[in-house]
Amino acid sequence: MTMQRRDFLKMVGAGAGVGAATALTGCATQQAAGGGRKVVVIGGGYGGTIAAKYIRMMDKSIEVTLIERNDHYISCPFSNLYLGGILPDLSKLTIKYDKLAANHGIKVVQAEVTGVNAAERTVTTSKGVFNYDRLVVAPGVDFRTEEIKGYTAQTPEVAPHAWKAGPQTILLRKQLEAMKPGGTVVLSIPLAPFRCPPGPYERTSMIAMYLKQHKPGSKLIVLDANPDIVSKKGLFLKGWKKHYDGIIDYRPAKKVTEVSADGKSVLIEGIDEVKGDVINLIPPQRAGAIAVSAGLVGPDKNWCPVNPTTFESTIHKNIHVIGDACIAGAMPKSGYSANSEAKACANNIVNLMNGRAIVDFSGINTCYSFLSAKEAVEVTGVYLVDKEKNVIIAAPGSVGVSPDLSETEAIYAESWLNNILTEMSS
Amino acid sequence: MKQRWSGLALAVGAMTVSAAALAAPPTAEMLSNACAGCHGTHGGSAGPSMPSLASQSKTAIIEAMKKFKSGERPSTVMGRLAKGYSDADFEKMGDFFSKQKFHPTSQAVDPAKVKHGAELQEANCSRCHLDDGKEGKDDTPVMASQWLPYLNIQMQLYQSGARKMPEKMAEKVKPLSKQDLEALLHFYASVK
Repeated sequence: MTMQRRDFLKMVGAGAGVGAATALTGCATQQAAGGGRKVVVIGGGYGGTIAAKYIRMMDKSIEVTLIERNDHYISCPFSNLYLGGILPDLSKLTIKYDKLAANHGIKVVQAEVTGVNAAERTVTTSKGVFNYDRLVVAPGVDFRTEEIKGYTAQTPEVAPHAWKAGPQTILLRKQLEAMKPGGTVVLSIPLAPFRCPPGPYERTSMIAMYLKQHKPGSKLIVLDANPDIVSKKGLFLKGWKKHYDGIIDYRPAKKVTEVSADGKSVLIEGIDEVKGDVINLIPPQRAGAIAVSAGLVGPDKNWCPVNPTTFESTIHKNIHVIGDACIAGAMPKSGYSANSEAKACANNIVNLMNGRAIVDFSGINTCYSFLSAKEAVEVTGVYLVDKEKNVIIAAPGSVGVSPDLSETEAIYAESWLNNILTEMSS
Repeated sequence: MKQRWSGLALAVGAMTVSAAALAAPPTAEMLSNACAGCHGTHGGSAGPSMPSLASQSKTAIIEAMKKFKSGERPSTVMGRLAKGYSDADFEKMGDFFSKQKFHPTSQAVDPAKVKHGAELQEANCSRCHLDDGKEGKDDTPVMASQWLPYLNIQMQLYQSGARKMPEKMAEKVKPLSKQDLEALLHFYASVK
């Protein structure tokens, strides 16, 4: 081939993005000529807000509608600090959408999405039907509660998961406060992959800190379905030994398969019973319900396979899936990953809608965890696409964790929160 | 000509080439937007311990990234992250952030310290830190409106020897007292 790859791509335009140039080049031309310029984003969390914002920043001629069921969003990152008593409430973790909407001309609709029709390119909601040329699905996670015997709609009210920040987090905190000293807390961790790989271990640290300070003589039993600590293992073990020796009873390879109706007892593999005064039961996870009902999950029935460059679903054309719900190769299911994926997805949606060449993915993850009131640790990585395998991999040398527990990292972590929430809300 | 191209596009459509294999290398925008989760949209920081990258000189960004990568400049996450990028990537990031608008911040500063700091800036620092630290030139960073906690962290790293001061800077800083340095940082933080 004699011509330059990039020039060549300019001609191919949108088609190359989904491996079906013949069908879509015409469509892209139509869009560029002022035909369809509508993007709908489902979900106003770490991914959805950023996708909506960056599409508008990159191309004001594209109309963007953000559909979210709540009028606010509460960050999961840092919500463990509320459980630990470092944060007095969730106000610092709460964002609204008014500034984002006004600053960027995003139409924010508070509605429940009830269906997606990929063939018709429509999203049906409690407030009407929305047409799209491209759809971004950023629903986060939902729970595979059917894998836990006895789990009903009432279970989260007695054995909270608190894995979506908000009322569940507040309930868990209240249960901890109400527990008598010398009590037992049980934390159940599902098999990976789940939202926020170090999250359960940060939660272990924060609950242990709360018990140490407010409930003398209490224990925290951690039932981890995984064979070992999933993330930042050495640092968590070091922190637990330093601060919470005798409080945390960590038990690997203990998969909870059943819960009692009163939420005070769980069974491991259907046999061994573990009782607790407070049970924080985090069920196994899959992509948010709307991704499942829209037929976006892959053969594993849990997560959404996507093109790693455009984040376009490999199942349905013109639908992009970002954040926890998608399969993003080596990238962890974290808030920062969702932020990074959203920007790359936005960038390439704008390229596709303008008939321009798509651009290689480049993303970052930076994820902090607190071990005590003043000490935090982090994991980082730079991510790109392995062109031969067509999958997101880590850039060599970029992935690693803090060398030690660090007060400096805790200071940086707070600024991380300030910046990432400001990005999402303004 | 046009006909010929579209014919080729059709031919390519028939091939099963992955999008990644055909995508263009990451642009300055693709690389730099990923930094904004910590450094703020377009490099305007809202986090008191993170520096604004907006309007920094291209050279300052490139030099900082190279020093993070080699370990010459101490860091927490930056040393590792820098290892994920090439010199060509640093060029693109430098280009991107140098083109972003200066990011003014509103923060609490001590007026007396600001006044004293302004005099010290004029007498000692103004030949490199141009326009009250608002202009970045060569590898001199933009100091104006950086958050006070960030400036303090960096000054502590300089004082401890963990971060190496440029010789010209070391000469000027050496005679200054702790109070003088604090005043200078308050001054830079106050400039909008």
